[in-house]
Amino acid sequence: MQPLTMREAYGQALVALGESNPDVVVLDADVSKSSRSTLFGERFPERFFNVGIAESNMMSVAAGLAASGKIPFVNSFSFLLTLRAGEQLRTGIAYPRLNVKVAGAYCGLSDSFDGPTHQDPMDLAVMRAMPNMTVISVSDSIQAKKVVAAAAAWPGPVYFRLNRNALPEVSTEDSPFEIGKAIWHRRGADVTLIATGIMVHRALEAARLLETDGLKAGVLEVHTIKPIDTEAVMSAARETGAIVTAEEHNIYGGLGGAVAELLVEHGPVPMERVGIRDTFAESGDYEALLAKYGLTSQAVVDAARKVMRRK
Amino acid sequence: MVSRRVECSKQLAAIAAKLRVDVMEMVFRVQTGHLGGSLSAAEILTTLYYHQLNVDPNNPDWPDRDRFVLGKGHAAPALYVVLADLGFFPREELKSLRQINCMLQGHPDMRKTPGVEMSTGSLGHGLSAAIGMALAARLDGKHYHVWALLGDGELDEGQIWEAAAYASFSGLTNLTAIVDFNRVQLDGPTDCILCMDPVADKWRSFGWNVVEADGHCVDSLLKAYEEALAVTERTGKPSVILAHTVKGKGVSFMEGQAAWHGGVPNAQQYEQAMKELTQQLELRGDCGCSR
Ligand SMILES: Cc1ncc(C[n+]2csc(CCOP(=O)(O)OP(=O)(O)O)c2C)c(N)n1
Ligand SMILES: [Mg+2]
Repeated sequence: MQPLTMREAYGQALVALGESNPDVVVLDADVSKSSRSTLFGERFPERFFNVGIAESNMMSVAAGLAASGKIPFVNSFSFLLTLRAGEQLRTGIAYPRLNVKVAGAYCGLSDSFDGPTHQDPMDLAVMRAMPNMTVISVSDSIQAKKVVAAAAAWPGPVYFRLNRNALPEVSTEDSPFEIGKAIWHRRGADVTLIATGIMVHRALEAARLLETDGLKAGVLEVHTIKPIDTEAVMSAARETGAIVTAEEHNIYGGLGGAVAELLVEHGPVPMERVGIRDTFAESGDYEALLAKYGLTSQAVVDAARKVMRRK
Repeated sequence: MVSRRVECSKQLAAIAAKLRVDVMEMVFRVQTGHLGGSLSAAEILTTLYYHQLNVDPNNPDWPDRDRFVLGKGHAAPALYVVLADLGFFPREELKSLRQINCMLQGHPDMRKTPGVEMSTGSLGHGLSAAIGMALAARLDGKHYHVWALLGDGELDEGQIWEAAAYASFSGLTNLTAIVDFNRVQLDGPTDCILCMDPVADKWRSFGWNVVEADGHCVDSLLKAYEEALAVTERTGKPSVILAHTVKGKGVSFMEGQAAWHGGVPNAQQYEQAMKELTQQLELRGDCGCSR
């Protein structure tokens, strides 16, 4: 069975959350059919606010709702939430630690055909630099549902990025999910692949490829980019002495940046980053873009070989 | 110089009808792209590019050319058909809309596509960028005119009104805005999402002249352009043309339907759409004047 698109899973999770929590309200800025927040709107029209194409207004409206005891989930494309409405988010929500959940749709290159105007290789960097913000990058549709519930239960502002498409599943209904706690998919001896989002699956493939050459690669999934699981990252560094990070994001400021900062402060080991190399991409088929911009399992394998040579 | 200024309105109407056929073909082939807002802008883009704008396809960077900014950047397919037909780039490129390693991005890219004046696609920027171009003309003592095409949903953005206030405050007389007033945005009719009525009064209160037009009638549009320029000249205030249109115009089952904002037809729907569009093309036919 083809997995649900992540956005569809997200929309369904919003509805489920709305059933159990009457304080949950949902906002969208005229992209509810794309973000799939429309599912909540159909079920709970009185708790759904489509403000029109006006993201900045939406963000501050959410601040007001949160200041009045509601739990707003704010929806649009990630670049609009983090950048156009980014100042409203910073000053109006992050600063006063308001309980707003920001759902960044169409993350990374996943809105592939719409092109660079709609793609977003920089949301993690922007959100990570914002004090009080919890930052999550979702890896599959099953996890998306857990993230919605966990974000609602987490006090204060949360940003989570969601892929537009159906991704291969890397978790099951039973796998645990806890904000701030990285997930070990396999332990390694030679290198650890630290991945997030769509790159978790690709890192797992890379680990299997490396295994055929007798190399033991660990795979650590870091879904919470902030607060990052320092303990898990540093134990990976100690265990294997070499790290590769992999993310559908600019190599600057995202997971790679966060891990590099930890390593440098707590115990440097060689590290390589797989990510978008500080460029805007282009329109095209999603898989083709991922390949062209270096987000493949082979790219992870190559980075792993390179980092092991540096040990 | 205008590349080939078309005076005959029947001919302009025929060009718009052909544009619809080309847009439909192009989007169907690659199964991605925004049809609704492209079809609604067909006559607007045709009258601008084949009649009004002073541009030179052989010299797209000519400093004195008129500027056109597509604020509603998702109507890129319609703009691309026009630019290709005028010779800014080979028509062959239309086949690879939105494909990797190709020129025509999902939304207009001024660095990749000759004739595209501004990279747009994130709604709300266009009018401000057009103001910048108009201010530059003033600084440089140039006489080109700047046109910006906005969506009516796009008017939701606060930035549009920041721009509207600033343009009239600055007394810009070399700037004209056009609103593709189709009363539909992405999630539904503007009446249900965010109704900005009374739109004409809003623009007036922001210091603009307002001219209304039938956005699918070539004569009405040509008259509106003339009137807008004349009243701007007279009043020293910029003008906005509210071009009343139908989203998805020309395809019966797409007209007025938000679902066709970004929806793409299947083979059967495509056949039906092409039947209707080619019929209209034949009806508008050849007017007998030579281009
Ligand atoms: C700032 C911004 N918000 C949201 C979108 C997504 N989006 C693309 S087109 C569109 C609807 C536009 O409606 P309108 O301006 O009326 O255009 P038209 O009806 O002419 O297609 C939306 C919400 C966007 N491109 N930019
Ligand atoms: Mg519209």
